[in-house]
Amino acid sequence: MSAFDHVTAARANDRPTSVDYINKLFGDTFFELHGDRRFSDDKAVIGGIGKICDKPVTVIGLEKGRNLKERMDHNFGSAHPEGYRKALRLMKQAEKFHRPVLCFVDTSGAYCGIGAEERGQGEAIAENLMEMMTLRTPIISVLIGEGGSGGALALAVADEVWMLENSIYSVISPEGCASILWKDSSKTAEASECLKLTSQDLFKMGVIERIIREPRNLDSIMFESFKGLIARTFDKLEAVDTDTLLQKRYERFRKF
Amino acid sequence: MCAVLNTSDIFNFLKPKNELEKQGVEQDNRPYIPDELWVKCPVCKTPVLSSDLADNMKVCPKCGYHFRIPARVRIDMTADKGSFVEFDADMTSKNIIDFPDYTRKLKNAKINSGENESVITGVATIEGIKTVLVVMNSEFMMGSMGTVTGEKITRAFEYATDNGLPTVVFTVSGGARMQEGILSLMQMAKTSGAVKRHSDAGLLYITVLTDPTTGGVTASFAMEGDIILSEPRALIAFAGPRVIEQTIRQKLPKDFQSAEFLLEKGFIDAVVTRNEMKKTLADLLELHGCRTEEKEGE
Repeated sequence: MSAFDHVTAARANDRPTSVDYINKLFGDTFFELHGDRRFSDDKAVIGGIGKICDKPVTVIGLEKGRNLKERMDHNFGSAHPEGYRKALRLMKQAEKFHRPVLCFVDTSGAYCGIGAEERGQGEAIAENLMEMMTLRTPIISVLIGEGGSGGALALAVADEVWMLENSIYSVISPEGCASILWKDSSKTAEASECLKLTSQDLFKMGVIERIIREPRNLDSIMFESFKGLIARTFDKLEAVDTDTLLQKRYERFRKF
Repeated sequence: MCAVLNTSDIFNFLKPKNELEKQGVEQDNRPYIPDELWVKCPVCKTPVLSSDLADNMKVCPKCGYHFRIPARVRIDMTADKGSFVEFDADMTSKNIIDFPDYTRKLKNAKINSGENESVITGVATIEGIKTVLVVMNSEFMMGSMGTVTGEKITRAFEYATDNGLPTVVFTVSGGARMQEGILSLMQMAKTSGAVKRHSDAGLLYITVLTDPTTGGVTASFAMEGDIILSEPRALIAFAGPRVIEQTIRQKLPKDFQSAEFLLEKGFIDAVVTRNEMKKTLADLLELHGCRTEEKEGE
């Protein structure tokens, strides 16, 4: 598979989204929570509480939507500042109640628009980066599709960052890179190679801890083993005393 | 080989004539005035004498436009004379992910700016108050943030935290440095972590946003100051105006994303002119109990 094949697969319309992962992993235990308590409820970010292997977990996901109507409702997974603030509110709540945090990342990037700028897109992302670094509860972030720049990172300052095999994670979209580099946004394939955005590349660079095998479909047995992996990893992270956990999280990003 | 035309001859008529020229003084006797002596203000279009501009801290005397200035000039304007001690001056970027053309771009950036990276860090005194000073440089790849930029900034904050010092950061940046791929994105998390530790230690961090501050820098340490100042009319954005216009397919209102706009929306504390900046910084440091360095023997 070329880098561009990974880009195509990561963006495929039939790919499971955060809602699918939440349904498969949390089932009936999931209770959705809404709103940032400051401006509105950004549907590009969904979040709530549920149980994985009997363990209460706060789960937050960037949601693209699974059909055209849903995609429009969820703004194609591009969050506004209130989406990042909603995520932070739920993380702070998790910290208070000693619940670990699980994040699913799937976005082409934070939304670029008038409202997003007026309400401080940069400030909202920056705040998450700072606060996640010292959130006193374990965090696992999983890139399940696209990991577009700062808008993805705002949910990926974690103790462990995993990627689905065909997901991508990049500082800029291949189109954006091509248009800057060659003034030609159609040279996406070349740009995809240059950016080193595949799970294998990022694993080699130490940016992620683990590559997760893709589920063939929503009935895949992958979800059962994934559930077990998440629960075991949270157990492992919870066994570490919090100050050590935060020191390790700091060093995890300090090394880059 | 064709003859080389001196463009200054062709465009001479565009220049405002000085008194000597008007009187038709012989070419040879005329005082030599190179074109660089005059700078046209990009906002009010007034031609300004370079020396006048320099005397006025590179602010247009007519309309108050703040010209972009190199980091070293900024340091001279901010730090007390001779007080600046630079950190990690030799640290320099490599083409870590083997990105096309990056090696050449880095080389050119070094030649054009005379600097090794897009940021200069160190410790200085401002009106006698010791502070860590971080100044980004638009002349080096538009102040983009690569791994070395992030490392220098992180080290500066760690030094400040270890030594109980306040930190003043002047930002100017096009955002994360694409040529370093995901590792440039990681600098946003790395620097934010260092800022958080500095903040948790109860230390003061003042950000000064200058034109332009965008992208990954806006979405990390630029917006993390306890107090955020900006120079007048600076462009401050997460997504730049062109990107937004392409996304929403409409023209943006005038002054959208200007410092004054951000002030109105509640994202910065004050717009401060360059002439007032040093005093403002010193006052704020003093208000936070940051004390004047005692000179040896006093």
